[in-house]
Amino acid sequence: MNPRIAVLALQGAFREHMLVFAALGAECFEIRQRADLDRPFDALVLPGGESTVQGKLLRELGLFDPLRQRLRRGMPVLATCAGTILLAERIASDSVSHFATLPITVERNAYGRQLSSFHAESAFAGMTGVPMPFIRAPRITACAEGVEVLAEVDKFPVAVRYGRQLALTFHPEITADRRIHAYFLREVMR
Amino acid sequence: MELSRQQELNYNLAAMLKGGVIMDVTTPEQAVIAEKAGACAVMALERIPADIRAAGGVSRMSDPEMIRGIQQAVTIPVMAKCRIGHFVEAQILQAIEIDYIDESEVLTPADDTFHIDKNAFKVPFVCGARDLGEALRRIAEGASMIRTKGEPGTGDVVQAVRHLRRMNAEIRRVTSLSADELYEAAKQLGVPFALLREVHDRGRLPVVNFAAGGVATPADAALMMQLGAEGVFVGSGIFKSGDPAKRAAAIVKAVTNFRDAAQIAELSAGLGEAMVGINSDEIRTIMEARGV
Repeated sequence: MNPRIAVLALQGAFREHMLVFAALGAECFEIRQRADLDRPFDALVLPGGESTVQGKLLRELGLFDPLRQRLRRGMPVLATCAGTILLAERIASDSVSHFATLPITVERNAYGRQLSSFHAESAFAGMTGVPMPFIRAPRITACAEGVEVLAEVDKFPVAVRYGRQLALTFHPEITADRRIHAYFLREVMR
Repeated sequence: MELSRQQELNYNLAAMLKGGVIMDVTTPEQAVIAEKAGACAVMALERIPADIRAAGGVSRMSDPEMIRGIQQAVTIPVMAKCRIGHFVEAQILQAIEIDYIDESEVLTPADDTFHIDKNAFKVPFVCGARDLGEALRRIAEGASMIRTKGEPGTGDVVQAVRHLRRMNAEIRRVTSLSADELYEAAKQLGVPFALLREVHDRGRLPVVNFAAGGVATPADAALMMQLGAEGVFVGSGIFKSGDPAKRAAAIVKAVTNFRDAAQIAELSAGLGEAMVGINSDEIRTIMEARGV
C-alpha cells in the first residue's frame, strides 16, 4: 500500500510538499483541524512558514496534544524550517518550545532578515550537489548525543536525523530535486 | 521563463506566507498584538488606509525610525510601503533591511507613468493588481508577490472580490487558448509573452496571489480564500474595530479553515464592533485606479 502522509496545513508552504510526495507515489492529505486526525496516516510533514503562527494555531485548534503524542510514540516526521523550530527541544532566546521531541537547539532567523536568504548546494547523507534554499532560516546551534548530522553548510548542521524524525533548516520542497523526500520515504519511514 | 537565483528565492520567500494574514500596524504595540494574534507578517505604516483617506493630502513612505521600532518589536517579517514609482523610497527601505516592499497605490503615486524597476532590487516586492494584465506587468518589473488592490481603507470588500474574480476568469480564459492565440493575447493584455505562456501552462500566476483591500471580518477573509486567494492582507479592518486582538485572531483562524462554515460562525460571534466602513461608491479618491 502507498504510504499515507498527513501534511500540517495551518499556514505556509504545505502544498509544495504534497506535490513532491504525490509525485513519488505517496497519498497526501491536509491537517487543518482536529477532525482531520481521524484519517489514518503513516507519517507527518511539518512545513515551512511562520513558526509563531503555526505554534499558536496548533494549540488553539486542539491539534497540539494529539500530534505530540504521535511524535512521542515514534511517528515518522519530516520537518522543514519552521517545522524544525516546532520539533526542537530548545529555541534560543525563547522560553517556549513546541513539540520538543528533537534534542537540538535552534536559533530563529539566525541568518538575518529576508535580505539574507540564500541558496547553497551541499552533500546530504551521501548524495552530492543537493540544492538548498535557505529562507529566513533558523540555525541548529547544538545537537544532543544520538542526533545524526546528515548535511552541513558553513560548518553548521542543516539536516539532522533522530530516530524517525528528519529535520531540515532549508526547503527541498521548492526545488526540482526530490531526493530528500525519496530518502524520507525509503530510509526514515522504513 | 528562466528565473535568476534571486528571483527564485524571492518567489519562494512569498510562498512561506501562504495561508497567512498580513496586518497593517502603526506602532510597535500594535505589531505585538498582531504577532500574538497569529499574523504571518505585519505592514508597518504611519497611518492605516482609512486614516490616509480621511486626512487627504500627500501620503508618503513612513519614517524609518518608526519602521525600525516595529522591526525590533516582532520576529515575523515586516513589510513597508513606498509610493508607486518612488525608487528612492524603495532604496531606503532596502537599506533598513525591510523584509518586503509594497509599491502601493495606498500612498500618493510619485510617478504617474512608470513603476519601480523592481528587478534592480534584492529585497522582494509585493504589488497590487486589478486584473491579469496589471499582475503580469508588475511581475515583469520584478514583483515577487501580487495582491488584489481592492479599495483600501473602506471596509468594503466589493472591489477585492471583483479584482480576484476578474483575474481568475482571465487566467481560465488564457489556459484555454491555443499556442498561436497566445501571441495576440499577450499583445492585447500588454504583457510579456513568456509570462503569459507560463500562466497558460500552469493555470495560475507565477507568483503568490493574496487578497487585499476592504477585508474587515472573518467571513470576508474566508470569502477571498474560497475565491482562490492564497492569503489575506487586512489593513484598516483590525485596528479600526472595537476589539482588535480578538478580531485579528478570528480572521487568522478563518483563513486556515476557510471552508468550515461552522467554525467561521463561532469565530464571527461576539467580535464587537467592525470598522464602520465607507461604501466604495461614496468615495472620491479611487486608489485602485493608481498605477495600471
